[in-house]
Amino acid sequence: MSIPLSWYLVLAAALFCIGLFGVLSRKNAIAILLGIELMLNAVNINLVAFWRYLDPTRMAGQAFAIIVFAAAAAEVAVGLALIISVYRRHNTILADEINLMKW
Amino acid sequence: MTPEQIIFLISAALILASAMMVVITRNLIHAALWLVSALFGVAVLFAILNASFLAVVQVVVYIGAIAILFIFAVMLTRKEMRDRGSQTRSSWWLPALLGVLILAGLIFLIFGQPAVNRTAPAIPAGVDPLRLLGSALVSPDGYVLPFEAASVLLLSALVGAVYVAIGRKS
Repeated sequence: MSIPLSWYLVLAAALFCIGLFGVLSRKNAIAILLGIELMLNAVNINLVAFWRYLDPTRMAGQAFAIIVFAAAAAEVAVGLALIISVYRRHNTILADEINLMKW
Repeated sequence: MTPEQIIFLISAALILASAMMVVITRNLIHAALWLVSALFGVAVLFAILNASFLAVVQVVVYIGAIAILFIFAVMLTRKEMRDRGSQTRSSWWLPALLGVLILAGLIFLIFGQPAVNRTAPAIPAGVDPLRLLGSALVSPDGYVLPFEAASVLLLSALVGAVYVAIGRKS
């Protein structure tokens, strides 16, 4: 293992920022969820890299990454169900046209 | 340059290029396919990091389930996708500026840490991370409680998704 820890951290930071840009700049609600997936993956890279580089015999990092997997799956399922439901009623999935609850 | 570093750099370039395509491409089907490519690169990284279970789960759950779910959702809401002008907000430079600033700050913080250039310790002989992970996830002094909480979360997400997405007859 000759890769320094900083490489993983910089990669994860860059991936997180790309995901953040996607979440903030996209109009389409599905594209916003795609950005969230990128951010969750950046977090997972960080968790697994710290697990491997600090103490490989304590499994906290990998266990936490598995919880992140489960949370991501739940988030995508509910999020896409909401988007499809909104699309059925309002015929749009553009985030700034979904303003029913806007005061 | 060791082979591991070369593999890392190739997969990092794949991840970052695919992630950029995910956020800037106009066709959402293509964005979802680029997401598959980025997720595959992350799976390669997990494999380099000796996290074999997570690498497999990344391919099976993320690529096999989540990305396909995205493609289904894009197809179900197809009409709005392509022909409504730009896919990004008019003030897209503001998030771009924010992202660059946060990235610069993070890199500054990362390289300010003392132990950031350490290399990975060798896995002790006779220790199997996969076996450790398996027992940690189900042992009471390990992570059985978060594990069960995640199962309940998945079950409630299943019920909630079915309830929300089912069509009302009105």
